[in-house]
Amino acid sequence: MAASGIEDAIGQRSHGLLSRMLGQQAFWVFIAAVLACLALTALTDTFATPQNLFNVTRNFAFVGIMALGMTVVIISGGIDLSVGSVLCLSAMVLAITMNAGHPLWLGCATALAASLVVGTINGVLIAYVRIPSFVVTLGMLSVGRGTAMVLSQNKMIFQFGPDEKLLFWLGGGSTFGIANPVIVLALLAVVTALMLKWTRWGCHVFAIGSNEKAAVLTGIGVRRLKVSVFIFSSLMAGIAGILEAGWLGGVTTNLGQSMELGVIAATVIGGANLMGGAGTVFGSVVGAALIEVIRNSLILLGISTFWQGIFVGSFIVIAVAFDRIRANRESDG
Amino acid sequence: MTALRLENVSKHFGAIHALNDVSLSLSAGEVVGLMGDNGAGKSTLVKIIAGNYPPSNGRIFIKEQQTTFHRPVEARQHGIEIVYQDLALCDNLSAAVNVFLGRELTRSIGPLKILDYAAMNAAAACLFKDLRSETRPRDLVRQMSGGQRQAVAIARTRLSNPDIVLMDEPTAAISVRQVAEVLNLIRELRRHGIAVVLISHRMPDVFAVADRIIVLRRGNKVADKPTADTSPEEITGIITGAIERA
Repeated sequence: MAASGIEDAIGQRSHGLLSRMLGQQAFWVFIAAVLACLALTALTDTFATPQNLFNVTRNFAFVGIMALGMTVVIISGGIDLSVGSVLCLSAMVLAITMNAGHPLWLGCATALAASLVVGTINGVLIAYVRIPSFVVTLGMLSVGRGTAMVLSQNKMIFQFGPDEKLLFWLGGGSTFGIANPVIVLALLAVVTALMLKWTRWGCHVFAIGSNEKAAVLTGIGVRRLKVSVFIFSSLMAGIAGILEAGWLGGVTTNLGQSMELGVIAATVIGGANLMGGAGTVFGSVVGAALIEVIRNSLILLGISTFWQGIFVGSFIVIAVAFDRIRANRESDG
Repeated sequence: MTALRLENVSKHFGAIHALNDVSLSLSAGEVVGLMGDNGAGKSTLVKIIAGNYPPSNGRIFIKEQQTTFHRPVEARQHGIEIVYQDLALCDNLSAAVNVFLGRELTRSIGPLKILDYAAMNAAAACLFKDLRSETRPRDLVRQMSGGQRQAVAIARTRLSNPDIVLMDEPTAAISVRQVAEVLNLIRELRRHGIAVVLISHRMPDVFAVADRIIVLRRGNKVADKPTADTSPEEITGIITGAIERA
């Protein structure tokens, strides 16, 4: 073949922007969420009110922030079951520190330090001792909450010292009419998305999730990378813990119980592949939003909230099933 | 010029003699087919050249300089690149990113270093053009044919401008048309003056591209002939042991 023919073939783009978007599970979940919102706006007078929208966005912000960390972990081929416990531990450490009369910044610093320690332990056990992430973080799910219980003697803390008002504003207040946790989610989501797309770190996270052996052979520091991934996830959970403490105005040791399941659900609905190698920040945030919209709609439509689990669970399976069907059709065609 | 020379190389694993006293040499721009049955010592030999482990006895010369490798990185620094049988590619990344995986090109925005996709795509396009392979840098490896995947794996070795490329069964498990593509890639490497060691079970492929054929049997080198002076029948006989030695 003539050289120019090859050049044309190499230079060709096989997929436009539109077809790439249509190929994303996140895009379809986004459409589903928009349709659900439109339907609720039409069916109820209460959904599209500023107060309800404020509550809906604030409610999913916590899960959304944790889903950012989970997205990175799942892309890298792991899983982090300890995020709910880390949220609790972080909030508890913050509460104890501030309860003792220390300022907010010190409370945040100790809370994030505790999260950092948990993430490091997770990462080191997974990457260097080579224990599967499922096992390590399952253990940490118990250890994290247990530590929070030991530290607090299993008591509720609802007094946060001199900076109490500041903490309550941080978690429960709003800026320009948007709940503060939503703003934090938006900022962290943008940062995470940019890191995944534009840094070597992000590129390597996708690489180890797809073919860890290949990553090792090309000289990527796979073990250090894995530790960083679990630290990232723990830090996100720690940040969510600080915000949630401020929103609730009190911290108990059952804070964030079973929250990891909602977080994993959000990322999976958003298109993350539990086998590793695929996932998007946008999808995970939309997934978290969709779960909250479903929950909210049941309440507004007067359907018993007992149905919530059935709807959310079904949606996880339906979203992934659609993705499978589409993938199969692609590989056939 | 001799790119690689092995002198009386042996490798023992305990009582097992995987390689006995093997000597061979490889010139720049030469394609050598390394053949032998399973367990003949091919992969042991390749792993010694690639620096996975040192030989028990014997010496290795790269460009007439004696060398010992303790780690694969050292072999790579001496201009030896390996194309693995399973190619070691990441399906979910583009061809260009796979080529540059582990040595990505970056550019600075203030204090931040971000990936330079445009530069990687352009450089990968050049490499593919150089290999005369119709591989698009932006395509995901998942969507590629076996031949294109080989092109990606080979383009990756070209990045470091190696003198020697070891290829482990590059034509196993791909379609006939793709085999032709891969053989062309090997010819392109030779055209660039690179010495290629082609490990393969497939007689027709080896005879199509190799200048010389080396046969191992039970850890011994039993044949080392120019391809023109031998035939598939003879090589088969040597591999199985029906013919003692050539």
